[in-house]
Amino acid sequence: MTSHDGDDLTAAARLREADEPSSPVIRFGKDRPLRLDAGVDLAPWQIAYQTYGTLNADKSNAILVCHALTGDQHVASKNPLTGKSGWWSMMVGPGRPLDTDRFLVICANVLGGCMGTTGPASTNPETGKPYALDMPLVTIRDMVRSQAMLVDELDIDTLFAVVGGSMGGMQVLQWVASYPDRLFSTAVLCAGARHSSQNIAFHEVGRQAVMADPNWCNGKYLEFDVRPSKGLAVARMAAHVTYMSDESLHRKFGRSLQNRDHVTFGFDADFQIESYLRHQGMTFVDRFDANSYLYVTRAMDYFDLAAEYGGVLAHAFQGSKTRFCIASVNSDWLFPTSESRVVVHALNAAGANVSFVEIDSPRGHDAFLLNEPELFTMIRGFLTGAAGVRGILPPALADDWEAHV
Amino acid sequence: MSDAPMTEIRIDHKVIAELVELNSRVLDVGCGDGELLQLLATQKGADARGIEISQIGVNFCVARGLSVIQGDANEDLAAYPDGAFDYVVLSQTLQATWDPKEVMTRLLRIGEHVIVSIPNFGYWQNRLHLMFKGRMPVTDYLPHSWYNTPNIHFCTLRDFVDLTKEVGCTVDKAVVLNGIGQRIPIQAPWWLWNLFGEQAVFLLKE
Repeated sequence: MTSHDGDDLTAAARLREADEPSSPVIRFGKDRPLRLDAGVDLAPWQIAYQTYGTLNADKSNAILVCHALTGDQHVASKNPLTGKSGWWSMMVGPGRPLDTDRFLVICANVLGGCMGTTGPASTNPETGKPYALDMPLVTIRDMVRSQAMLVDELDIDTLFAVVGGSMGGMQVLQWVASYPDRLFSTAVLCAGARHSSQNIAFHEVGRQAVMADPNWCNGKYLEFDVRPSKGLAVARMAAHVTYMSDESLHRKFGRSLQNRDHVTFGFDADFQIESYLRHQGMTFVDRFDANSYLYVTRAMDYFDLAAEYGGVLAHAFQGSKTRFCIASVNSDWLFPTSESRVVVHALNAAGANVSFVEIDSPRGHDAFLLNEPELFTMIRGFLTGAAGVRGILPPALADDWEAHV
Repeated sequence: MSDAPMTEIRIDHKVIAELVELNSRVLDVGCGDGELLQLLATQKGADARGIEISQIGVNFCVARGLSVIQGDANEDLAAYPDGAFDYVVLSQTLQATWDPKEVMTRLLRIGEHVIVSIPNFGYWQNRLHLMFKGRMPVTDYLPHSWYNTPNIHFCTLRDFVDLTKEVGCTVDKAVVLNGIGQRIPIQAPWWLWNLFGEQAVFLLKE
């Protein structure tokens, strides 16, 4: 098999996932449109999701996980495109903090995504072609609205917890504001109540890289059977740097050279960090749609929860009975601790029940996805306390692996 | 973690728990490992929240299911609305703050009542230590040397009562404990409290 054939197979699989995902999917017909903040109704539309564990008789043990920018619903199951295990397998599973022996864990692909929930790679029923840029822009609130409709379909009234990091954390905060009576507790990791100017700037660099690729074809690349892979890879490379920290890069790569003893006086990937980033970019384009990347980054940029509430963030949480667990990472410069503190102070001002901790880790923003025992301990403890008040079974006591990692 | 056995409960925590009415909203500033919060939640049905500066302390509290934020009295009290809590507790911490008077004012703003427990630098052992050894007191209760003590603003009980007047609050109740944790009778004169009290718990109101 040539690599070109391999690319085609991957591309075909990715396209299949957009319309006919291997995950369970709920399809909403024209009679049940999704009302978007952009002022239009999306219909028909669909949402793809995964569940792990069993719903109890009272339907009181469901946890919704909201995934980050380029994540998907395969939180703890094998990804059908990459064959890799779920992106949060350390957090979600039997005996893990989100213990699937005790909770029903739900994770849905976000609106605008490319893993089976309606997005720009989905087929537009009006034209029979992919939506591309004819897909209306979506917001974090639209994503949350779509998730609420999924939760309705699953016949669950109140979620025991809604949990997410980064863009997932934004969705969690929006859940609190939009559906205050439908969630008992929340965990918001490495996130904030708005996207900062610096973060919008990085996203814009990424989008411009995609759109500058001649294969982008004004978004219609799928019709022309080409892919703006180079542009999307560059976007991913730039973004990936923001997910790490100076210290973690230094520890991992330093100035080490890639399979060579001397620099080559050229523009080959002399340094390991270059080779690493190129690899990150290349593998990303195999699993992600370029237009989806434009849409979900835009959704994050538009997020400013306080703006919906007269500029006072505390008003978004007024009267909330939800229990909050907020965590930041001290080396995260994408969503620094100060952003989490803004949320904590707003919650304090609203009289909400909140726990907050800054995790000490050199790994930057992505730390919440990695093996951080302190984070596991905190989430496990938080859910244990919340489960006690809710009157449901808590997660199992920590495994040895977690305590001694 | 959450079911770890508790060590013997600190005497001032027991006293504070007695002062708190059932089912109150309480904020413990500098809550450490959450011993008092746990006590208030289980024995008094309190809606108990905490602020703690050390990450280890916060992690321990949250892992026990307590609601605690990482922060300190200087940075993180401003966000709370006036009268947000029935009680704000500052146990064995006031003497370690940069600006005790300012902290007291902030506590009185966000709490209907403020409960402060402080060590008494005028305790007779401390006085003897300074008088006969000519050195800053180092005792079992106050084990730090002058150069590494977190307690940068020591006071005697009488000094503290002066501060309450200065910030315009009234002492609703005071419980003074001697060196073996016994209560000194309420009828005792101030000079006796100030000499034989090793620590005291004050219930204050604006």
